[in-house]
Amino acid sequence: MAEAIVLKYEISPDDFTRAGEASSDVKGKLKQMGVSPAAVRKVAIAMYEGEINMVIHAKGGEITVEITPERIRMILADVGPGIPDIDLAMKAGYSTAPDEVRNLGFGAGMGLPNMKKYTDTMEIETELGVGTTITMTVNL
Amino acid sequence: MTAREVQEVLKCRVLTGEEFLDQEVKSACGSDMMSDVLAYSKDHSVLLTGLCNPQVIRTAEMLDIVCIIFVRGKKPDQTILDMAKERDLIVMATGHRMFSACGLLYQAGLRGGAI
Repeated sequence: MAEAIVLKYEISPDDFTRAGEASSDVKGKLKQMGVSPAAVRKVAIAMYEGEINMVIHAKGGEITVEITPERIRMILADVGPGIPDIDLAMKAGYSTAPDEVRNLGFGAGMGLPNMKKYTDTMEIETELGVGTTITMTVNL
Repeated sequence: MTAREVQEVLKCRVLTGEEFLDQEVKSACGSDMMSDVLAYSKDHSVLLTGLCNPQVIRTAEMLDIVCIIFVRGKKPDQTILDMAKERDLIVMATGHRMFSACGLLYQAGLRGGAI
């Protein structure tokens, strides 16, 4: 198997204007590599939702993207507050985002369900007060 | 229909992407919530919104939306327009409210696409 191409991004906290820069960069790179448009779109949407979540809820963190000919894996790690109830957070329409986030066009409670919808696998590891790591893969 | 026809129907001002107006647009969606656009948009080429911040451009980018229309006379700032230009997007503005803008485009033959 070919060695994975690894991309790493620091996600800066409280900078809503820049949220999405990492996803934008990954989308561009995948396109350049000739990954199919359908797969690029899935990765872009799932990662963008995750990146927005990291800015809204977790004061930033780090995203690692591993690309092999078989699959794209995204690992989104933050040191935020953790998710108290994953089942509830996965429910479409459930959101803990504050009103100011909703005024910016986010916080409809669709982020996590949408990330699951656009990826082939999604695992959430979370600990209250420690942080959350979400690992998603899109098969190629 | 082409983006130019959309522009004519809504009497839009083109803010950037004039050179792409002959592009074919197949379906449209309208929302002020980018969360919902990300969740429900399938293969839309046009996004109508009253939300005016850089995340509108990023949402369009992730979804391969080619034309953004700001309704209710919203004026995106230069940062937003520069971002759109870098991504070869069309950005237009209309004075119409969301409901009327969507209605006029629907009447002209543009549809909402797959559900």
